[in-house]
This record gives sequence, C-alpha cells and structure tokens, in this order.
Amino acid sequence: MAEKMKLGKFWIWVAASLIFRLVLIYFPNNLNLASRPEVSTPITSLRRLTEGYWLKQASLSPYAGSMYHGSPLLLSVLGPLTVKRIEGQPNDILCSLVFVIADVVNAMLIRVIGQNLQTSYNQRLKSLGLDSVSKSSAILPSRDIAALIYLWNPFTIVACVGLSTSPIENMAVILSLYGACTCRVPLAAFGWVMATHLSLYPMILIIPVVLLLGYGPETPPRKLFMQRKDGKIEDSPSSHQSCQEGQAMEQQDLANIFSWRLVIKFLVWSLIWSGYVLILCGLSVKQYGGLHEMFKRTYGFILTVPDLSPNIGVLWYFFAEVFDFFRNFFLIVFHMNILFMIIPLAIRLNHRPCFLAFVYIAISSMLKSYPSVGDSALYLGLLGLFVNELADMQFSFFLFCVYVGVSLLSSVMHNLWIWRGTGNANFYFATAMAYACLQIILVVESVSAMLNHDRKLTKLSIAKHQDSKA
Amino acid sequence: MFHGQVHKFQIKELELSFTQGRWNYETWGGFDPIPSNNAKPPGVELWAVFDVPQDQVDASWKNLTHSLSGLFCASINFLESSASYSAPQWGFRSASGSLRYGTLPREAVCTENLTPWLKLLPCRDKDGIAALMDRPSIYKGFYHSQRLHLTSTGFVSDGVDSGVILEQTLTLVLQPPEKRAIITSQETKSQPSWSLTSIFGREVNGRCVLAKSSNVYLQLDQGLVAELDNLQKENEMLVADFIGYEGLRSSHGFQLSVKPDRILEEVNGSHRNKPSLLYVFSVEKYSDSEPFDLGLTWKLPVVWSCQQAPLHASRFLMGSGNERGAIAIFFKSTRLSEELLHSDLTEERCNLQVKIFQVVPWYIKVYYHTLQVFVDEQPQEVLDVVEKIHVSPSEDKVAPGLMEMILKLPCGTKSAVVTLEFDKGFLHIDEYPPDANQGFDIPSAVISYPDFQASIQFLEDKSLETLPILAKLQEKSSVLSYTEVLLVPLTTPDFSMPYNVITITCTVFALYFGSLLNVLRRRVAEEERFLKSKDAKKGSPVPQFLSKLSAKLTGRPLETPLPPSTSSSFINSKLILKVVLVAGIAVVWKFYLE
Repeated sequence: MAEKMKLGKFWIWVAASLIFRLVLIYFPNNLNLASRPEVSTPITSLRRLTEGYWLKQASLSPYAGSMYHGSPLLLSVLGPLTVKRIEGQPNDILCSLVFVIADVVNAMLIRVIGQNLQTSYNQRLKSLGLDSVSKSSAILPSRDIAALIYLWNPFTIVACVGLSTSPIENMAVILSLYGACTCRVPLAAFGWVMATHLSLYPMILIIPVVLLLGYGPETPPRKLFMQRKDGKIEDSPSSHQSCQEGQAMEQQDLANIFSWRLVIKFLVWSLIWSGYVLILCGLSVKQYGGLHEMFKRTYGFILTVPDLSPNIGVLWYFFAEVFDFFRNFFLIVFHMNILFMIIPLAIRLNHRPCFLAFVYIAISSMLKSYPSVGDSALYLGLLGLFVNELADMQFSFFLFCVYVGVSLLSSVMHNLWIWRGTGNANFYFATAMAYACLQIILVVESVSAMLNHDRKLTKLSIAKHQDSKA
Repeated sequence: MFHGQVHKFQIKELELSFTQGRWNYETWGGFDPIPSNNAKPPGVELWAVFDVPQDQVDASWKNLTHSLSGLFCASINFLESSASYSAPQWGFRSASGSLRYGTLPREAVCTENLTPWLKLLPCRDKDGIAALMDRPSIYKGFYHSQRLHLTSTGFVSDGVDSGVILEQTLTLVLQPPEKRAIITSQETKSQPSWSLTSIFGREVNGRCVLAKSSNVYLQLDQGLVAELDNLQKENEMLVADFIGYEGLRSSHGFQLSVKPDRILEEVNGSHRNKPSLLYVFSVEKYSDSEPFDLGLTWKLPVVWSCQQAPLHASRFLMGSGNERGAIAIFFKSTRLSEELLHSDLTEERCNLQVKIFQVVPWYIKVYYHTLQVFVDEQPQEVLDVVEKIHVSPSEDKVAPGLMEMILKLPCGTKSAVVTLEFDKGFLHIDEYPPDANQGFDIPSAVISYPDFQASIQFLEDKSLETLPILAKLQEKSSVLSYTEVLLVPLTTPDFSMPYNVITITCTVFALYFGSLLNVLRRRVAEEERFLKSKDAKKGSPVPQFLSKLSAKLTGRPLETPLPPSTSSSFINSKLILKVVLVAGIAVVWKFYLE
C-alpha cells in the first residue's frame, strides 16, 4: 500500500514537471533563456542550428560562417522544425516540444537504470550476506529520486526551455547507459556512437559501458566474492540478473567473469553504427566539403576552442588572455587532463561502472571547452542513483549552497559585465572559477565517499566471515 | 608611376579614395553624377578589378595594397588580411570573380595623403588650378574626398601597348567665410556670397603649362534654376524689362565677378524640372597680372533643395548591451519617388529596385535567417520583397560577411526597413586595437538604384569634345549612395591580467588533478598494514638489494625489517625508473624533432 502511495506521488511529480515545462515554453521571449551563455553554447544553441539550416536551404554549406558546429544529422532532424510556424504559437514551439519529450524520456530511462542497478546490487549484497546494509530509503527508492532530481533540477528545466540541444545529447548518453544496463547491446552501441557524434566527450564512456556489459551492473568490491569463494560456498540460488543467459553460473563467479562475448558484440555494433552514421553524414555534407570539413567544423571546433564567448567553463577566458605562443600547449594540457584520470578511475571503480560513468560525465562537463548547465543536469541526475551509497558524503550541504549561490551570482555578474558595462570580465570569470571548484569538490568527495562505502562493506564482510568461521 | 603597377598586378580598373567627413545626401544632393561618383565613405575605400586567373587575384590584391600603402603613406596594407576585404559578386559592380573590395573606415586622412596625390598632377600644386590647394582651408571644410581612378585599356599578351587612364578627383564641401555680424534675424535664409580668394585665400594665375586644358565649371542645380525663374517672374511684375549684363535669366538672384566663356544647358529628359545650367570658365587667358578670381554675390535670398535619390537610406544599430544587437537599414521616400509614383500611375505595377551591398567584419556574427523587411511599417514575407540575394557568411578570423541584395519595393512606399540580428564576438586580447573601448567600425553599406541613371546630358555642341569633364558627367552610372559607418562597442577582457588568469586557472586544474589522484591512491590504515605484510612476505630482490646498497653507501647498519627503509628504497628504485623513462622520452622527442 505504502509502495503504491509512493509510486502515485512519483507520477504526480512527473506530471507536474511536464506541465511546468509546457507552461514555460509558452513564454520563451519573456524569459529570454535562449541567449543565456549558461544555457546555449556555440555547440548547443538552437539559434545557430536555425542559421545553419537557413544556409543549407540557400545551398551554402551549413558550416559556412562559423555559426553552426553541430551534427549534420541533427540539422536534418531539427532544421525543418525550426522554420515551421504554427499560427498564434511561439516560434520554436515544435523544437521545444521535442526537447520536453526528450527530457521526460531521459528521466524514465534514468529510472529504469536505477531499478536495474538496485535489484542487481541488492541481490549481490544478499549473496554476500550483507542485506542489512541496503536499507531502503525512507522517502522514495533511489531510482525515483534520480528521475525526479533530473526532472526538477532547475538546470535541466532551463536547458530544456532555453532551446538548447543538450537534452538530445543527454538522451544519447543515457540511452547508451540504459542499453548497457539492460543488455541491449545494439542500443548501447547506438547511444554511445550518437553521443560521441554529437559532442565528442562521451567517447570516454566506452570504458564504463564495456565494464557494464562485461561484469554487469554495480557490485560491492570484487575481492569480497573471492574471499567468499575461498571460504565456504554459500548456496544461494539467486535468479541471475547478468546478461548471460542459459549459463547457470554461480553468483560469485558471475561477478568475476568478464563476458567477452557481449563486449565484442558491442564493439561490432559500434562499428556498424558508426559506419552508418558516417555514411549518413557523408551523404548530407557531400556537396559542402565532405566529411573532412564536417570533422574540422565540429570536433575541430570543440578541440581548438576558437570561440571565446563567455560560458560557465574556464577555458574561454583563459584562451582569450593566454599568449598565442602557448595556446597549443595549453590546449593539449587541458584536454589531457580529462584523459589522464580515465585509467586511475577505471582501476579503482571497475566494480561500479555506472558510478564510473557518472564520474566521467562530471569530469568532462567540468573541463569541456563549451560547458553548459545541460551537462550539469545530466550528471546531477545520475548522482541521484547513488543516494544510498553516498549518504555519508561530506560537504553535501555546503555544495548545495554553493550551487545555488554560483548560479545566482553568475547571472548577476554576467549582467553587470555585458549589459550594464559596470562590471568586469574578471567578475564573471570568478564565478566560473567557483563553479569549476565546486564541481571538483563534488567529484572528489563523491569518489571518496564511494570508496569509503566499499571499505565499510569490506569490513562488514570480513567481520561476518570471521564470525561465521568462528 | 602607375604604369608599372598596372602592369605588375594586371589591374583592369582601380579606385582608391581617401575621405574625411560624411557626404550629406539630404542637403548636398544625392542624384547627380557628383554625389553618385564622388561621394565616398569615410576613411579609405579601395577596389580593384584584376585581369589575372582566379587563383592569383588574392595574391595580386595583397601586393597591390602594400605598394599603395607605401605610395600614399596610409595603412592600406591592413587590407591585406583576408578578414578585411571581400569579393563581391554583383552587388557592388558587375565584375564577377576578379573584383576585390576593402575599406578602412577609421583611417584618418590628412595632408600626408594629399601630397602624394598632388604629386601625380603635372604641375603639382605649384601652378594652374591646383595652386588653390591651400591645406588649412581644405581641411577646414565639411567634407573632402580625394579619389584616384585607374582604367587600363587592356593588355596585349606581351604588354606592348596598353594605355592607362588616370583620373583624379578632389571633392570638397567648404564652409564659406561667414560674417556673423551681418546676419540678422530677418535675413537668415540668405546664402553666403563667396569668391575663390575668400574660400582658399589664393588665386589662379593662369594654367599649368603642361595641361592641355584648364577649366573651372560652375553648375546651377535644377532646383536653383527653377527658384531663380520664379524670382524673375516676380521681379518682372515689379520692374519690367530688366536685363542683366549677361542677358540671361539666371542673373537675377546673383552676380558673377567673372564673365563665363560659355553657358551650357541641360537637355531635359522626362523630368518636368527646369534644366540645370553649367557655366564654363577657361583659365588659360589669365596670368599673374590678371589673376582668375571667380566670385558669386547673391543679390536676393534664395532657398532651394538639391535633387535627391529616390530613397534616402540611413543605417543604424538596434539593441543595447554587449551581447547582441541588430543592424537596420532605413529607407525614407524623397520627393523624387513621390513624383515617380504620380508619373507612373498609369502603369500596371511599378517597382523600385534597391541594391544593397554590405560588408560586415567577422566579429559581428550576423544571423542571416533573421532577415526581416518592413514596408510602411508592415512586416513582409522576405521572398516577396527580396528579388535576389547573395550571402557569403563571415568566417572567424578569416573572412568578413558579405551580403548583396536587391529589394523590390512598390512605388508608393513611404518607408522601408531591413533588419538583421547579430551576436557580438569576443576577441583574443591581442586582436583589440589600442583604444579597445572606443568600439569597432562596420563599413558603410552601398545602396544603389539600378533603375536610375545619374547623368546630365548637355545640348549637343561640336566644341564639347574639348571638355573632358562633360563626358564624365554624361557617363551613365546608376545612382549610388553610402550609408553611415556604424560604431559597435565590443566587450573587452581585462587587459592587465593575463598572468593572473593563467596562474589561477592552472591552480584550479592542479587542484582537480591532485585531489582526485590523492583520493584514488589513499588507503586506510588496515589496507596499508595488509600490504606491508604482503611485502614483507614476498620481499622482492631488487628493493632489498637497493636497500643494502643504500645502507652501505650511507654507512648505516642495514635495517631491512623496518618498513620505512624498504619503502624509501622502493621509492628510490621507482625514482630511478622514472628518471630513465623521462630521459628516454626526451631522447625520443629530440630524435623525433630532428
């Protein structure tokens, strides 16, 4: 009964967020969110997409004019919607509706991912005899919390209503995680290829996706299972939740066996999908310079940071001020910073691939060249999946306060600098710095909390082991 | 001097103008050949048509800008970078492909640019009419524009024979010497009288001996002639049979100090207006003893207005703040278009064609899909009004944006507005000029009316062939006007802080890297102990050996069982490994570089 009540409450909140969005998209001009630098970056701005579509209709290259830097596929999907007008409605109503649908689908997918994680995690804990650890949250299960965080996060709402394409990019990322969690390998490959195609940075998600497919979703540290196996073999006929069907393996073994079959399948599917995407792109940009031009204008634009308009990241001001001689050096250093952390994180967190994906997404959205709040919305939504594990996280209230403070201050500073002319670029950059530090603390603290949680599990498990031995 | 250049760069046609001030189309006229040909945008404007293959045009242009920059002591070499010039297709002149067009709106024009221009004249400013070129009085005026037009009559493959026509024009709008004391409230409308000496402070002492002909022309505008006619009619009522010494009707309102050699009358076409008059004075017969000093004294206050272009165009910026804005070109109907409306009422449908040519620098990121046209304050479907459009969008730091457009406006249009939205770019700290807060200039747009020809036809006369300027006036060219230069303020970063920004950003990155790595490699006490016990059990030979070695070197007793020593020696070996690795990378790097 209580479960049903909770579920009913959840759906009411989902419906409320949907209605809230629909109300907001009727007043796009009053809010003027589409021109906020926090919302629309040169890559995600729908206005630039419209310009690209106009250029394409005028039989020019959509990439002419350094305006559009997105995918040609997105252009052919969203472009016709941007020019279609409905009498008496705001101009971009169709695109807004697409983004609202994408947002709701994202939330639902996050919920399914959460459900998957929870069941498998609980089963594995049970197999270790540690059921006492996983006490269900008093308010709502973590999957519903994650979905609601995603839907009601002001960042998500702003990104959705503010006509940026980040809901679509987020959908590709979530699709790939969803596919990997539920063992729909082609879907996972499709999501990963599309996400990489749309914004390049999700390319690093191949590691968590492969781990997800290989080992299955979250588990406690794998060492515990080994110890368990060394000790006495517990007869736990748990229904298997891993993707391998037909093989009645024991739970403990399952957790340690890397299923190469699925990974190879994933790689093959990725190849197929990327070939498909490349062919489609090649067809649509054939008369405008071909794929080479496309890569130069999309990935090249992301990697060389030529657009120095302000955003919530730190790179724009840095590259506006740095001496030209060092520009290439710092470009390499900053992008390497994302790549450097991949391996250490993968080694320490290989038993928690979904959390690993969250950390990767958080890092890339912090260090990417044109970050927007839409990226933050994605990792904050995924953070909700781990509320139980991260319950002991430090500074969480402080982080929340700084999030609120930075998002308010940053718009004030932007207004002072750009619109009133009384402020200075440094004011706005300071808030960007604060935002970067905030995300660093969030990532570091969440990783630390997760490792501590694992330590706690180990301790409990060893204690139990010794108890049972004794 | 130019012959070599023309040959070297294979120039078909070239025009260079230096202008200070803005031509006031409303009061100084906008329809005659003079404003259409000689009114130029402020600063430097250079365009050239080359007679070379398409792929060499840019190289020729670059060389040309450098040589002209040296010749005229101006920063024309800034037009060398591809971000500052454009290649119009049909909007500026109909010369496809090999035409290049560039402007420098902020170039200050002064006497160092005039001197090289005067040097091209046969007698410099020493003799002939050019002797009037008194610098202070020229630069005191409202407007001055020196123009240089080169046409080559074509190249033979070996370049044996090619003629180069060099045409130099100096257009001045001068302020007549005012006598404030005389002007009272009653006669505010009286035109100031003038003479060459009162304007320039110099006289013309005969012609330059090298010149073939040397003439001074005085043109009475159509409006003025009509006004004088009216005056005459009034006067005839009052005083019958009054004839001035010139015996012409135009003598009523004013008096000339010198008798003109010839008076030409315009052949009136379709206009109902009075024909304009041209007085020709030949300078040849004057000498030092009898200098030529043309003067004009108004006898009656006369007010007239000059002939206007069909539409008066002006351009302005909309919006506030430093993030985005919009450019608007505003057309207002003038008398001419109203007349046109009345005269063409019989026709089924009457359209007025307006050609717009606009170059926008790359840091003004124009959204061409936001093009909107309002006719009589009503928004119009773009496809209905725009007959032809060509856009070549700007490319960051590479090419400026270019828009060529033909508007088709209905004749009764009172006003029309074309708007385009743009985002303001953010530049690198080095790309700002020294006075960054002053703002950036958007060059003038060129507005032309292909339906209207700016030319004056004079009564055919055999002797007209001797007057080259008349041929120029009779040349057919469409009415053309330039809009204002726009000043766009762009946001500036803090110029004094590059080091702070670099250090602070790097600190944040180091914070991220360090703290995350620290969290990942931190172990709590139990794990540490566990590992140490494992280490002690195994005891790999290398660290043990190293620790022995270090113990011998330091002369301390060997303390293998103690964990700190082993760990330190282990670090030692790691350190050596790292040093070797770094050295290896350095060697490879060095090798690779060479």
